[in-house]
Amino acid sequence: MAKVLERKPLTFWERTYLPQILGGLRITFMNMFRRSETLEYPEQRPQIPRGYRGAPVLVKDPNGREKCVSCQLCEFVCPPKAIRITPGEIPYTAPTAHVEKAPKEFEINMLRCIYCGLCEEVCPEQAIFLQDVYSITGTSRGEFIHNKQKLYELGGTRPDQFYKWDKKLSAEKSHNEGEGHH
Amino acid sequence: MEIILLILRYLVSPLIVIAVLMGMCAYAVLAERKISSWIQNRVGPNRTQLPILAYIPVAGNILQRIGFSQPMADGLKFLFKEDVRPGHVKKFYYVLAPCLSLMTALLTCTVLPFGLWWGKDNLAHPIVLADVDIGLLFILAVSSLGVYGLVLAGWSSNSKYPFLGGIRASAQLISYELAMGVALLPVFLWSSRPGVVSPLNLYSIVQAQDNFWLVIWQPVSALLFLVCLFAETNRLPFDMAESETDLVGGFHTEYGSFKFGFFFIAEYAHMIVGSAVFVILFFGGWNFLPGIADPWPHNLIGSGLTIVWFLAKVVFFVFFFIWIRWTLPRFRYDQVMKLGWNVLLPLSVANFCAYLVFFALFPKA
Repeated sequence: MAKVLERKPLTFWERTYLPQILGGLRITFMNMFRRSETLEYPEQRPQIPRGYRGAPVLVKDPNGREKCVSCQLCEFVCPPKAIRITPGEIPYTAPTAHVEKAPKEFEINMLRCIYCGLCEEVCPEQAIFLQDVYSITGTSRGEFIHNKQKLYELGGTRPDQFYKWDKKLSAEKSHNEGEGHH
Repeated sequence: MEIILLILRYLVSPLIVIAVLMGMCAYAVLAERKISSWIQNRVGPNRTQLPILAYIPVAGNILQRIGFSQPMADGLKFLFKEDVRPGHVKKFYYVLAPCLSLMTALLTCTVLPFGLWWGKDNLAHPIVLADVDIGLLFILAVSSLGVYGLVLAGWSSNSKYPFLGGIRASAQLISYELAMGVALLPVFLWSSRPGVVSPLNLYSIVQAQDNFWLVIWQPVSALLFLVCLFAETNRLPFDMAESETDLVGGFHTEYGSFKFGFFFIAEYAHMIVGSAVFVILFFGGWNFLPGIADPWPHNLIGSGLTIVWFLAKVVFFVFFFIWIRWTLPRFRYDQVMKLGWNVLLPLSVANFCAYLVFFALFPKA
């Protein structure tokens, strides 16, 4: 059932507006002594919430191995086509030769990137992450194309303990030596 | 010797008055920005700093926080911006409008008394550029000429929004000038006591308030005059001519750089002179408090104190103007007209009649 609100006729003082104006003046005057809400940006930085989607970067595992295997899934899924990967072979002599592929060049155009996070979501190796970096500056368009070196500089090492490829290597070895569980 | 005194009297003192008024305008702009930011829980301009001031240990920092150097930066910005003149304007009147606007605003301060000085005979004299007997009439006449600047700007800009702004400015001025004049008549009734040469003289109006400020005797007149003053100075909630939400910038849409600066300074000069007139008429000018008119020592220091006390009152009302601006929303155009003609004018006439009857029944000694 609808509630009927009674509209009382305005009193004389309410019709002059003057008490309302005084009330408004009181409110604005009290407001002058409240703490300001301004964040003075370059000196004060905002609190970045968990799960913030900032600049995408590449990471290495704790052993210093680059995690990207150049599968190009992120390049494929990237909606604005900001990622360009040039795949490369890992030489036979390298200790991680069994991984077979690594990016020869990995470029993310930060002028195209829309920070959607699909690359992070799609990566099977957990090699690309969106970091809390929100301010990317440069003086030319070229500076906004982050190459592989820059991406690893920004990303650094991710201390997760998966060691997927190390385990694969040891499993392979034990299989070859006939000491496997199977 | 005579010549030096003449030069001091007619050349230097006006320059000082105008310099003080312009300085107050510049810092009124800063006050507007700062007070608005405080009311809205912001910080306001706090980055500008003169390099010299930055070397002062603690005070320099505080001066930067309160934006002390901001007016200089604002002024420089207006000075060095490119002076664009749109191709479709009426050139002569387009340039004339901001000059007219500023000129009328500055002209009104010539007849304003702002303090007392005591001669050898210990008689009080006003500190004023021109002690005119029709002082108040002069102020009313000249300050309403200021609308010519707005109307000319609106018309000569030759485009829609300034045109609408100019029309609104003139309509508003006509509606509120009448109520303002009638609201002031009881003040003259009050100040025209025996021995006073001219009740229109601002000095004699102030001296008539030595015991009771007129705001106590005539609160309705004071309120009516204050509302009309807001309308006359085109301040919110009555800034119909400018109303940036519906008219872009109103009359000054087509203006930039220093010509816009002229309008800007003129608005604040109007505001300061308006506050000064209000203080003189209703808040006892340099009289200390109701009942205590003249505690000042009768020498140069006393004269200085009267000026300081007067300016303190003026600064309070400038603050009040700003405070009101950030409290009340703008009226709609038809509401402004309705308030002017249906409320303020009848009320001021009724107020005047009431005081006429009062003074006829109880003639003062």
